[in-house]
Amino acid sequence: MVRSGDLILNVERLTMRFGGLVAVDDLSFRARRGEITALIGPNGAGKTTVFNCITGFYKPSAGLIELVHPDGRSFLLERLLDFRIAQVAKVARTFQNIRLFPAMTALENLVVAQHNVLMAASGFTLAGLFGLRSYAEAERAAIDKARYWLDRTGLLRRADDAAGGLAYGEQRRLEIARAMCTDPVLLCLDEPAAGLNARESAELNELLRFIQHQHGTSILLIEHDMSVVMEISDHIVVLDYGVKIADGPPAAIRNDPKVIAAYLGVEDEEVEEVEAEVKP
Amino acid sequence: MRRGKTPVPNAAASRTRTLPLAAALREATLAALVAFGLFFFLIGLHTDQGPTGALMVTTRFDSLALMVGVVFVGAFIRALLFGRGPIGLGRALPIWLAPAVAKAGRYVGPALLGFALLVPVLFYHNRYVLDLGILVLTYVMLGWGLNIVVGLAGLLDLGYVAFYAVGAYSYALLSTHFGLSFWICLPLAGILAAFWGVLLGFPVLRLRGDYLAIVTLAFGEIIRLVLLNWQDLTGGPNGITSIPRPSFFGLPFVDGEGGFAAAFGLEFSPTHRVVFLFYLILALALITNWVTIRMRRLPIGRAWEAMREDEIACRSLGINTTNTKLTAFAMGAMFGGIAGSFFATRQGFISPESFVFGESALILAIVVLGGMGSQIGVAVAALVMLGGFELFRELDQYRMLVFGGAMVAIMIWRPRGLVASREPSLYLAERRAVPQALVEQGRG
Repeated sequence: MVRSGDLILNVERLTMRFGGLVAVDDLSFRARRGEITALIGPNGAGKTTVFNCITGFYKPSAGLIELVHPDGRSFLLERLLDFRIAQVAKVARTFQNIRLFPAMTALENLVVAQHNVLMAASGFTLAGLFGLRSYAEAERAAIDKARYWLDRTGLLRRADDAAGGLAYGEQRRLEIARAMCTDPVLLCLDEPAAGLNARESAELNELLRFIQHQHGTSILLIEHDMSVVMEISDHIVVLDYGVKIADGPPAAIRNDPKVIAAYLGVEDEEVEEVEAEVKP
Repeated sequence: MRRGKTPVPNAAASRTRTLPLAAALREATLAALVAFGLFFFLIGLHTDQGPTGALMVTTRFDSLALMVGVVFVGAFIRALLFGRGPIGLGRALPIWLAPAVAKAGRYVGPALLGFALLVPVLFYHNRYVLDLGILVLTYVMLGWGLNIVVGLAGLLDLGYVAFYAVGAYSYALLSTHFGLSFWICLPLAGILAAFWGVLLGFPVLRLRGDYLAIVTLAFGEIIRLVLLNWQDLTGGPNGITSIPRPSFFGLPFVDGEGGFAAAFGLEFSPTHRVVFLFYLILALALITNWVTIRMRRLPIGRAWEAMREDEIACRSLGINTTNTKLTAFAMGAMFGGIAGSFFATRQGFISPESFVFGESALILAIVVLGGMGSQIGVAVAALVMLGGFELFRELDQYRMLVFGGAMVAIMIWRPRGLVASREPSLYLAERRAVPQALVEQGRG
């Protein structure tokens, strides 16, 4: 029996080096199923590097990343190729600098996301080439799912417009919709609120909550916008210079002196004091 | 990475409008000066053999003045009419004409197909036109094949002629050594070429853009050099002669008993074979077109286009880009191979000379000129390119000059090819073409 609150992601002693630079240093944290876990930290703290390790775009120098599915199967993500992580382990992601298919319509973007399902239905192209009925049905189902997510993200009206022609906020939402079309177990969002205005941020919060509660998808979130982070996260991990400096519920993080020091900087005379606290 | 901006009329253009005559005059003078600098040595001075056999320099200042004058007047008119900056089609065509042109565009495909079907009827007694038609259709098919790789998958392939060669030699060798018929060799040649496509695909999987282009270029040359030097198998520079001609499903095009003409009670004519070849390549090209159009609407085709747009995003969605690239190479190569075996049976003789880099460049030019990814654009471009070559044949030494000028003009007016907008493969409410500015050029 799988309950909300079970372990979904277990990152253990993750280290990522680029030559002499240690971007992520011995990082361990856990994320629980059905929760929104936020990864925060100042610029250059190594958040996106952690994301790239989890989604397979980087091979970690050391460490272990374990993903547990609701049925109990577990996957060691550091051993899988990037596309296999999305295909088999069901981890979907968005990008800090939006990566849509700009010349394809919003609808096409969402149908491309269902590639593997449709590919199997098209009998690896042969059945599809001759227009078998089973493929037509699978395609209709894919369009229905795309329509559902377009509706959810408020993009139904723009379904037939090129993704590259959408407004910035719409592109952000479309990227989330596209990630959801892969039926992910874990959704990794890299700064989804970047460049959004206050109203759009509030809508984003609502969308993420909807995904969390109605679809039971766990979310891992990198975000700078504290109004988003503090309001919707169940759990926050704080990174600074590749090291974890805090880990806990939003209320605790908000008042953590190390986090405040990392974000705001401290007076000169306090530096040593704070460093003593940061490095045990 | 992304070019989301659509061209807007620039401020400079509107500023020049305030004093059009003076600005145009300045623009034209500048252009004339550049032309003078360029043409002074090219046209103004002329080396000739003197009476003693030594080189002597003569001057042709009258021609030089003429050229500079032409440039001056041309630039002046251009600056007056269009202002500065590039000439967009929007400004070259009156606004009210644009929808009419778009509407007419829809009938171009069926009209061209109808015309192609009627060519052997209309020009039955004109062998020259029939041969030209076959040539154009061969390049239409090659263009459509390469369009899969370059236009859809966005992988710049400069060695496409290699697959054309593989197909041609496959048919030539299989038919001359093993006596296999054309109809068996046709799919075999396609499969062999596809195999070579995959073989090329593997080493270049990690390469993108310019690097990919260079390796594919080298691949094309390797194939040609192997064909040239493997004397025992390919006959080297002498090529392969007396390749069997195609039969009408078993009926050869010969005079007398058992031939095509006798079986149908017709009087024998060598034109029968040419007409048959015409319809054969038309059918092969249409099959290529049909398969491509179908594949664009299948997951594999959408993955090709998605890969052209953003490969990393593809991988984040669980798309195996390795397989996707290899299938694109294989499909493109297969159609190239089939076209190659048609070429072999039509010519009856092949040699490595037919498969030089110039051919690859010509096919790529057809795809780029047509508008990458557009089927109808490629067909029109093949007609324009090869038809243009023939049309200007009488101009003799100026042929390439006129042709080059035409290419420059097209690249000014339609920098992204004749049909640059993209047709979506799916729609909910209505099909809206994607404007050209959003379509990725594809850099592998």
